Amino acid sequence: MAADLVHALSELKETEALEIVRKRLDGGENPLLILDEARKAMGIVGKRFEEGTYFIPDLIYSGEILQAISEMVRPKISKEAAGKKAGKVVLGTVKGDIHDIGKNIVAFMLDLNGFEVYDIGIDVPPEKFVEKIRETNAPVVALSGFLTLAFDAMKATVEAIEKAGLRDTVKIIIGGGNMNDDIRKYAGADAYGVDAMAAVKFAEKVVASR
Amino acid sequence: METNTKVQENLEAWCNPPIPFPTRDVERLYRERTKRIADAVQLKKPDRIPLMPMWEFFYAKYAGYTCEEVMYDAQKAEDSVIKTVTDLQPDGFQGPIFFMTGPVLEAYDSKDVLWPGHGLPVDQAHQFVEGEYMKANEYDAFLSDPSDFMLRYYLPRVSGNLNALSMTSPFRQNFAYFTNFGAWAGLGTPDGLKALDVLRALSKASFDYVSFLISVVGKLVMMGFPPWSGSLTEAPFDVLGDTLRGTKGIMLDMYRQPALLKEACEKIVGIMAEYTMTAARANGNHPIVFIPLHKGTASTRDGKGGFMSLKQFEEFYWPTLRKLMGILIDNGFVPNLLLEGDFTSRLEIIKDVPPGTCIYHFEHIDMEKAKKVLGGRVCMRGCVPIHIMTLGTPDDVKKAVKEQIDILGEGGGYIMDTTMASEQIKPENMKALMDFTKEYGVYK
Repeated sequence: MAADLVHALSELKETEALEIVRKRLDGGENPLLILDEARKAMGIVGKRFEEGTYFIPDLIYSGEILQAISEMVRPKISKEAAGKKAGKVVLGTVKGDIHDIGKNIVAFMLDLNGFEVYDIGIDVPPEKFVEKIRETNAPVVALSGFLTLAFDAMKATVEAIEKAGLRDTVKIIIGGGNMNDDIRKYAGADAYGVDAMAAVKFAEKVVASR
Repeated sequence: METNTKVQENLEAWCNPPIPFPTRDVERLYRERTKRIADAVQLKKPDRIPLMPMWEFFYAKYAGYTCEEVMYDAQKAEDSVIKTVTDLQPDGFQGPIFFMTGPVLEAYDSKDVLWPGHGLPVDQAHQFVEGEYMKANEYDAFLSDPSDFMLRYYLPRVSGNLNALSMTSPFRQNFAYFTNFGAWAGLGTPDGLKALDVLRALSKASFDYVSFLISVVGKLVMMGFPPWSGSLTEAPFDVLGDTLRGTKGIMLDMYRQPALLKEACEKIVGIMAEYTMTAARANGNHPIVFIPLHKGTASTRDGKGGFMSLKQFEEFYWPTLRKLMGILIDNGFVPNLLLEGDFTSRLEIIKDVPPGTCIYHFEHIDMEKAKKVLGGRVCMRGCVPIHIMTLGTPDDVKKAVKEQIDILGEGGGYIMDTTMASEQIKPENMKALMDFTKEYGVYK
């Protein structure tokens, strides 16, 4: 029974996956175990995308099923367990860019892995990032961008964080289409990620080192 | 597979139009240019490789205007097109379909476009704002009456000032003198009357736009330059996915409502065929139909990371596109597919068309493989990379042009172009592409 959810979600069997979650929650099972299996399933989805057997529609569909599972599980998580947040992350798509699908998947995965995510949306000017960092004292900042003009917006955002005297209080990761180390250097970020799990691993590393 | 005589006839007629050209020389040049293109389409060797670059907002850059200016000022818009075409002398020119559209977008208070001066800097071309303008549970509404769907569901959602249309009754219910009594009341409210004012302004702006296109195309034809297409259409999957369901919506539909998705695509085949051929016939029965492809692509050379799997391409994307292409070909039209993304993994599927009836314009592609699979069947077009045109030097351009010609141009059935249009192309690079093709692209 335990393996069924991993199989159902990674195979994108929506009805089956939600039915399994419903039955197990009604049976009084620990909701954190369910989320753990959802995480495993998303890992399989990510791997298949890298290998070329899954494509963007599969990422989007798995994200939708995951969202539905999250909503079923969330009310059952005890305040205590919910309070154990791994850390805060400010996340947004930079100015001039309105792509959000990848950013939303990153938000899910961070949330699933216990982070408190402040998703400030798309087409976000540098000042808004600075404002949110000040407000939340988040140690992790994740900048998303897909268009080539996003590289300049990422650079401008990092510079604004510097100007505000906050650069040393945060670690910054960039992600989106066509990421590489040259772009990271250009933008002045600490890291770049090519998929959602990279953002999770980065956030975990940052929080662990504090 | 037999080639298509209707296409041959239509191309022949295009090359010999009953147009009263001002001089013999102009007429000769017009016929040479159309013949060059028609020969390439029919997989023959023209005298040299034809040039019909996708210029769009490059016209503005070349003439020294901003993108905003050409969307509002008819004189500047026309000047930029005529200057670019007469200077660079292509064999077929791009109709400036995005010029003089500012007033139309303002008239309906567009929510679905950002354009220079309205959400974008004045020197940047417009961007489409995607949305779920058709909801997941509205397939039945669309299928039962597409016109009603567009008027009372879609239009109110993409505009900021036509919401009153969604308060009217479907026009299919107005069938008798006694229904007519009350049928118009919805438009007689204060909001309804305001919406009628919007439609008035929108209709005028639309009329001015069409008049502008007719004027500029007409002038250039009389100077001996044919436009390279006379109509535009999309794959039915893209009609649904681009502007109605949106990317996320249509991707989820493949899993959650595959039957309705397919039914809608089938319905759209007929709507698109009628739309396209009406436009083409209004434009002198121009044979070439521009078809940009969006959601069917892979992301990488080996087929990974794309907007759908190969299986989904074969199941959802290709069948209705191929059906639409078939109707066009049977009526003498030449589908010109712009294969955005990388179609290397789909070559074997898309080669299934009558020889000498289609143009396939590549963005990213394995050129050798494309030549092997499509040579002798499809006229190929492209594909000098856009980053060379925007960031490179004329020497870089010449090198890229030579490479394209050497691999794709051999034996005929090839048209020179860049992979994409862009207002960021350096004029000296476009000049280098044109001049070098005219020199190196001669068939001996």
